[in-house]
Amino acid sequence: MPVRTAGGTTQWQRRERRRQLLIWLGWLAGTAVFVFCWEVISRDTMWVFVWDAPTQGADLLGRMVPPRWSYLPSLWRPLWDTMNIATLGTALAIVLAVPVAFMAARNTTPSVAVVRPLALFVIVASRSINALIWALLLVSIIGPGILAGILAIMLRSIGFIAKLLYEAIEEIDRAPVEAVTAAGAGRAQVVAYGIVPQVTPAFAGISVFRWDINIRESTVLGLVGAGGIGLQLQSSVNVLAWNQVTMIFIVIFATVLLSEWVSARVRHAII
Amino acid sequence: MSVIAGTGRRWSPPPFIPNPWLRHGLTVGAAVYLALALGSLEVNWTRVVEGLGRGWHFVLAFAPPDFVSRRAEIVEGLAESLVMTVTSTVIGIAISIPIGLGAARNLAPLPVYLLCRGIVAVARTLQEIIVAILFVAMVGFGPLAGMLTLSFATIGFLSKLLAEDIEDTDPGQLEAIRATGASWLQLLNYGVQPQVMPRLIGLSLYRFDINFRESAVIGIVGAGGIGATLNTAFDRYEYDTAAAILLAIIVIVMAAEYLSGIIRRRVQ
Repeated sequence: MPVRTAGGTTQWQRRERRRQLLIWLGWLAGTAVFVFCWEVISRDTMWVFVWDAPTQGADLLGRMVPPRWSYLPSLWRPLWDTMNIATLGTALAIVLAVPVAFMAARNTTPSVAVVRPLALFVIVASRSINALIWALLLVSIIGPGILAGILAIMLRSIGFIAKLLYEAIEEIDRAPVEAVTAAGAGRAQVVAYGIVPQVTPAFAGISVFRWDINIRESTVLGLVGAGGIGLQLQSSVNVLAWNQVTMIFIVIFATVLLSEWVSARVRHAII
Repeated sequence: MSVIAGTGRRWSPPPFIPNPWLRHGLTVGAAVYLALALGSLEVNWTRVVEGLGRGWHFVLAFAPPDFVSRRAEIVEGLAESLVMTVTSTVIGIAISIPIGLGAARNLAPLPVYLLCRGIVAVARTLQEIIVAILFVAMVGFGPLAGMLTLSFATIGFLSKLLAEDIEDTDPGQLEAIRATGASWLQLLNYGVQPQVMPRLIGLSLYRFDINFRESAVIGIVGAGGIGATLNTAFDRYEYDTAAAILLAIIVIVMAAEYLSGIIRRRVQ
């Protein structure tokens, strides 16, 4: 038991002295790293601007309210585009992610040595790059517009959907698969009757969940020129029309809440 | 197999959505939506075809990516991103802990609970990019705006999950500590903290990952970090540099994920 003897009486302590010292050293090192990083940031900061921030913030707020409601009618079309980017992007991603997921799952992959690592690499590469960066890339390749947005959402979502789906496939109950195999089913039939029914609810849930995230992400893709309501946001910020920005925020906020509600309802119905 | 013997009826697996009205309604709805959406899609195909050559250039740029000619900028951008990630994660955690405590119904009184839940809801619904735009407008371009943005996002993420974890703690241990006459702070220190610490460490590391990934994005709107460097590279059509930056991001993200996986496994 960790105790300390002081003046003849022994006192209980939570940790041994060595351990306490190590923890203390850890905290010291962590604090040093933090202070160093803070110094770097503070060196690159114009503090005049920062001291000015409350004034600027109040000024910004003053310009943002009231929102410019007359701007609303010109937002319907970009909003429709945003929904299309998210929905079509998700749909394309689903089509591509399903085969990737079956190739990545240990129990369905055609070859553990070759195909599985390849599928896993596709998943990792797709997941580590944000949709906005994919959009940046695609805009400079195929030009600004909705198509770049759809493809960006698609590229980002493949990894997400495929990862969750292949984990679901790996966690299925073996018994139905064995039963279908014992009945003399071929490989494709085993997948269709033994595996697919087991992962369909998870798959539907994952797809709707990703669609919900994609609605959120597609609202800002326009910032780099990939279509949707983000284009309006970018142009409003550029001309400092902050009351229009508020209007756009309200529309985005409402859309996100709605999509979250829809996705929660659907997932609730499935699971 | 699919013809049932003696009846001549074909067997088919039960549909995923049992209600036929809903099932066929959804199919028709999806078809109508698809027609509308594809009909309103404006794609400049000549521009796309023109761009494919450029796309090929970009693919080629990965072999070999150019780490050298913009080396200083890349290193500086990555360092700035890492610095932003470290500070924002630390600050985010420091602020999340009190808010997380306040948002746990078993520790906080109702008014505090509602206030903290409100803060969490606001921090979670506002997107990083949008917050970054506002912070850039307020404190100017540079890593400080990025740091503030990431801290803000960390608060929403961490305090929500921490609060949920605290609500899931074993009430027996809390009661035992309370029964010894412990004060509220001692209750936290000896009852709550040991139970939630492993998960808090795991979540913090996970958030560190996310913050680095996000730091690559918010640079696009002027909040510093590697995102700004990447944006410049694309603007100048320097695909080989952009390829190098993307590879660097993927490698760091993978390394961070791997390391945090190891640490999380050891803690839990």
